[in-house]
Amino acid sequence: MNIIVCIKQVPDTAEVRINPETNTLIREGVPSIINPYDLHAIEAALQIKEKVGGKVTAITMGPPQAEDALREAISMGVDDVRLISDRAFAGADTWATSYTLYKAIEKLGYDIIICGKQAIDGDTAQVGPEVAEFLNIPHIAYIRKIEDVSDKYIKVQRLMDDGYDVVESPIPVLLTVVKELNTPRLPSLKGKMTAKKAVITKMDLNAIGAEPDNVGLKGSPTQVKNIFAPQSKADRKMLQGSIEDQVDELIKQLRGLKCV
Amino acid sequence: QPSSFSTQLSAYKGVWVFAEQREGVVASVAYELLGVGKRLADELRTELSAILFGADDVQAKELIKWGADRVYHCKDTIFDKFNDEPYAMLLTRIINNYKPEIVLAGATPIGRSFIPRVAASLKTGLTADCTALEIDKDSGNLLQIRPAFGGNIMATILCPNHRPQIATVRPRVMKRGEYIADRNGEIISISADNITSRTKVIETVKEVSECMVNLQEAEVIVAGGRGLGRSEGFKMLEELAEVLGGAVGASRAAVDEGWISYSHQVGQTGKTVCPKIYIACGISGAVQHLVGMQSSDIIIAINKNPEAPIFNIATYGIVGDVYEVVPLLIKKLREIKGQ
Ligand SMILES: Cc1cc2nc3c(=O)[nH]c(=O)nc-3n(C[C@H](O)[C@H](O)[C@H](O)COP(=O)(O)OP(=O)(O)OC[C@H]3O[C@@H](n4cnc5c(N)ncnc54)[C@H](O)[C@@H]3O)c2cc1C
Ligand SMILES: Cc1cc2nc3c(=O)[nH]c(=O)nc-3n(C[C@H](O)[C@H](O)[C@H](O)COP(=O)(O)OP(=O)(O)OC[C@H]3O[C@@H](n4cnc5c(N)ncnc54)[C@H](O)[C@@H]3O)c2cc1C
Repeated sequence: MNIIVCIKQVPDTAEVRINPETNTLIREGVPSIINPYDLHAIEAALQIKEKVGGKVTAITMGPPQAEDALREAISMGVDDVRLISDRAFAGADTWATSYTLYKAIEKLGYDIIICGKQAIDGDTAQVGPEVAEFLNIPHIAYIRKIEDVSDKYIKVQRLMDDGYDVVESPIPVLLTVVKELNTPRLPSLKGKMTAKKAVITKMDLNAIGAEPDNVGLKGSPTQVKNIFAPQSKADRKMLQGSIEDQVDELIKQLRGLKCV
Repeated sequence: QPSSFSTQLSAYKGVWVFAEQREGVVASVAYELLGVGKRLADELRTELSAILFGADDVQAKELIKWGADRVYHCKDTIFDKFNDEPYAMLLTRIINNYKPEIVLAGATPIGRSFIPRVAASLKTGLTADCTALEIDKDSGNLLQIRPAFGGNIMATILCPNHRPQIATVRPRVMKRGEYIADRNGEIISISADNITSRTKVIETVKEVSECMVNLQEAEVIVAGGRGLGRSEGFKMLEELAEVLGGAVGASRAAVDEGWISYSHQVGQTGKTVCPKIYIACGISGAVQHLVGMQSSDIIIAINKNPEAPIFNIATYGIVGDVYEVVPLLIKKLREIKGQ
């Protein structure tokens, strides 16, 4: 069984702010981490391997420093990694990102592909399903439990708004996972040693056999026109007076807005 | 290139709304999409269509009353349960046939799962989880506004050179359109020939939370934090939620204390909610909590510390002890309601 895990290196978004003068992201001093959902994807892959055997390969598309994320994946126990990196990949939206990952995955071979539910920076949750479409394989999103898995089929619980669905799929399949699925293991000491020594294999545009027109900014149908700080509510109000006065004022305001 | 390119783009006309249904019931986000879709269609002087896979004629007619000029309806039983492939295949096929310029779907587990497949196969852009949509006056392009980085920033996304422009739209953000009981429209029947699914839904399980109301669907959420000090505090919040017809939420600190179950947790590692009214009681306003609730329409904060960060995002702030404020609020609301 060939299991591919897609991981993304992201800024720790809790600390990302906007420079109000330039309307650009302030990234200085913001640490880079593996997208938290992707840790659960790695854990799921390792557990599937422990059950049915096979090999786990973690891949990331990103700049050279995304190598750190791959080393962390090795320290958790993945067998192999690939850094998909090329200047031509810069500025990719989800379409171009998914196309690039698909080309790499096709080269590597696959049975199960596992992604996080979403990345905490772009927040789109689109890359997984788009990769599955490019590969022409089924996908199941928002997996919260794997009920059964063999080399032929998988049975999972998919989170929905009001509960969950039990869904079966033949393999190959792509899964996107939520945090309830598992608790990611911590790197072992041995894992950390292996990670330190590991040679990271890179794949560039040629290696994955991608069309130059389909990658990076050029291959991206969407454009980020501008970014800005979320609107601060101008009508914000600290209520005044005694507790009773404040409660009365609150009710009056809510009635004015027809909320009560 | 430019001239033939722009003729190609202008071959795409009309605004489409994907009306998601489960078990024959159309999701409320579909009516919200018709509201915003109508405004966009009017601005572009074009027509508004709804797409309905599954459900029956009654539902299709309702979509017309809510603003659709036309409904493309496929009644095939393959849509009784949600599987991504048949949904994506049929939507892709009819987009190729009819060429709409804008397609909107709900940013729900269903919409966010299968719409990306449609965008991938059409080679067009998809903007995720939009909270505002406008038409650019000069170019006629759709300006798609969405939060990213956990709600810390907003971005305007464009899809200038590909059609259709596709977006998923966050539920409960857009206002429904006008319901006109005798509005007329056309229903076009669509066949599901050669549509297949490799995945299979074998069971659908509903998990109703203890407070009965689904947190993410609730119009009002009364949430408690460590400031409640003890589990009984949530009894009081339940009472307030009941008076307001809402649900009970919690900070992680309250869940960690064991006062309430995890299914109520709001925030980065809990649920993301955007009700009309969010009442934060004894919650300090840590960023991991804020990312789960800051898009609520009205935020009311009750906290005894006037410096608590929650007040920075509150529409109305009350400085005081929750055990003083909340009982008074319950009493006065009950008086109004004549209970
Ligand atoms: C402010 C802002 C808004 C944006 N909005 C949009 C938008 O609406 N539509 C759009 O198409 N693009 C958008 N983008 C671009 C988008 O963020 C990037 O294309 C990004 O590379 C992938 O999308 P994501 O971060 O949303 O990932 P998601 O789709 O949320 O990621 C899901 C999973 O896919 C896998 N994955 C994602 N990226 C990689 C990678 N580079 N390598 C390996 N695995 C990966 C991981 O398993 C991850 O958990 C936006 C970017 C910014 C900065
Ligand atoms: C990776 C990560 C993920 C996290 N995910 C989440 C998440 O999903 N959701 C979440 O909520 N948190 C999350 N947290 C935790 C978060 O950082 C805060 O610790 C948590 O939100 C604090 O909860 P609180 O506001 O209830 O408690 P506190 O911060 O302790 O605040 C209690 C507040 O109550 C006030 N107070 C005390 N007594 C009274 C009284 N009698 N009347 C009125 N006010 C009173 C105090 O002034 C104070 O402001 C996460 C943290 C991390 C590191």
